[in-house]
Amino acid sequence: MSNPRTLFDKIWDNHVVHRQDDGTCLLYIDRHLVHEVTSPQAFEGLRMTGRKVRRPENTLAVPDHNVPTSGRAQGIADEESRIQVETLSRNCEEFGVQLFGMNDIRQGVVHIIGPEQGFTLPGMTIVCGDSHTATHGAFGSLAFGIGTSEVEHVLATQTLIQKPAKNMRITVEGDLLPGVTAKDMILHIIGVIGTAGGTGYVIEYAGEAMRKLSMEGRMTICNMSIEAGARAGLIAPDETTFEYIKGRPLAPKAGNWEQAVAYWKTLPSDAGAKYDKEIVVQAADIEPQVTWGTSPEDVVGISAFVPAPSDGRDANKKSAIERSLDYMGLKAGQRVQDIIIDKVFIGSCTNGRIEDLREVARIAKGRKVAESVYAMIVPGSGLVKLQAEEEGLDEIFIEAGFDWREPGCSMCLAMNADRLSPGERCASTSNRNFEGRQGRGGRTHLLSPAMAAAAAIAGHLADVRDYE
Amino acid sequence: MEKFTSLTSVAAPLPLVNIDTDMIIPKQFLKTVKRTGLKAGLFYELRTDEQGNPKDFVLDEPAYKDAKILVTGDNFGCGSSREHAPWALLDQGIRCVIAPSFADIFYNNCFKNGILPIALPQEQVDMLMDDARRGSNAVVSVDLENQEIKGPDGGTITFEVDAHRKHCLLNGLDDIGLTFEKAEHIDQFEAKRKATQPWL
Repeated sequence: MSNPRTLFDKIWDNHVVHRQDDGTCLLYIDRHLVHEVTSPQAFEGLRMTGRKVRRPENTLAVPDHNVPTSGRAQGIADEESRIQVETLSRNCEEFGVQLFGMNDIRQGVVHIIGPEQGFTLPGMTIVCGDSHTATHGAFGSLAFGIGTSEVEHVLATQTLIQKPAKNMRITVEGDLLPGVTAKDMILHIIGVIGTAGGTGYVIEYAGEAMRKLSMEGRMTICNMSIEAGARAGLIAPDETTFEYIKGRPLAPKAGNWEQAVAYWKTLPSDAGAKYDKEIVVQAADIEPQVTWGTSPEDVVGISAFVPAPSDGRDANKKSAIERSLDYMGLKAGQRVQDIIIDKVFIGSCTNGRIEDLREVARIAKGRKVAESVYAMIVPGSGLVKLQAEEEGLDEIFIEAGFDWREPGCSMCLAMNADRLSPGERCASTSNRNFEGRQGRGGRTHLLSPAMAAAAAIAGHLADVRDYE
Repeated sequence: MEKFTSLTSVAAPLPLVNIDTDMIIPKQFLKTVKRTGLKAGLFYELRTDEQGNPKDFVLDEPAYKDAKILVTGDNFGCGSSREHAPWALLDQGIRCVIAPSFADIFYNNCFKNGILPIALPQEQVDMLMDDARRGSNAVVSVDLENQEIKGPDGGTITFEVDAHRKHCLLNGLDDIGLTFEKAEHIDQFEAKRKATQPWL
């Protein structure tokens, strides 16, 4: 009998096209997602060498980073952004790649639309020129971000040159406390292992609390694996996964469906499979989380206080805390709930799905956004927007004073017109709180959609459990 | 891709941990459809004030403006997959980055662009950081073939690098060209996949 293997080992083994003596592998890539920012130079490379896209039918493109989230009928005002989006359209046409254009109802953030369309399936290898490709690992597919040179490599050959990562398993035992969501789990985990804790690993998330998450919660978890340094996160596929996929436009159809599910059921890690590193977290230790600094590992519970440089584990971390406090305009020892905010951003590939919006609506219903706060909601895709409107969520948002916008990456990275001004402070459901991430001099606090809604209403960081 | 064999240069010190790709090159410089000219965006927010006027930054000091080596902190290049980060470093003239650790995607992107990222234990990086702080008096040599770094005082540090990546860097090889040589294997793989997983 063969050695017990992890989910990662199985997917890896199933995709090795060729293995060199030194262990370097040529890995087959099942699905390739493409967006406008990291692809123009790759298509240009193909053009210059006279190469074609090997598997256009396994490639799907969408503009998301640069698109405006209001007034789309007027096109894109910023010339460079417009050229980049037009370049994507032209490249897709020339190379025969399917594109969901800016005015297509299926357009949205690249990591939202893959799962939504059934383009993302268990056991696959999936890549995209974007670090949050880890999102798709929620389906038990090996999904990771690549640079533009590798985008060109995949377009030309449908493969990548890779070496296997190490296996890490993070188990969250027990049940989550009320008010605690997938976002709080992953922020807490990043706080525990650090922003480089997963470097060189693929993280498999396991345990009762993970198994009970919906697919949307699982996507939030896997999405932020990169913020823990891991290129990919994985959750074993189960009935929740199959139920989510069934009936989606690109999902296997009758006849193939049974065969696909039978295969997917062979994927979960074998009993006794070996992990290079194991972390166990107790669900009961997690309260609603919020970041205070400029790295996702700078995270605390909402009832905590802002740390001091002396809390750093070494000299480098001490000076990093000092720099973060200065950038964020915070004082050591300050109560986190006293931090006043100017803006709220709800959306992104981390938290722009329908369940996230339902959470916001649940907290916002019958309440008002604080007068001092501007709060925007950017749905993850046109289809998420449509569904929210069919459920009447948009009316709750607008009634409460939220700005209800068009789908895109928006203020997660502020490449379009949605951004913070210097010194502005934002409660954000996105994934990065780096210096300048949401606009130069902008100050970001990462939190869950429900916590963001509570902050919008309170006008300061607040404990969502007081709003249930 | 330009070959990397050996390099002798002043090394610039940038003693910060967790330098992310937004810090290396902010989003407004990602709107280009080219790979070149990205020097203007390199470390933009560390390098300029909010009005865009230059402020003190190591790579703009006379001693370091021609530095080809950067010595920096833990987890360099964390964050996004933007290859604009190594493109901008290359446009500045940086061919080698030395740090205690790198984020995976950035590390990989360096090799695709003829940049050698070297991960060393913290104590050795601290030593090189001290050397780098000595300005133009401190010349460091990096020899990829022998996997050695020679400091200004003659001390030698050895480093690890993956054999395949080293081979590609030493010879300036194009990955896609190498993979095309294995086209037959890809054809066979696809035929098998079609038979066993017809839903894909």
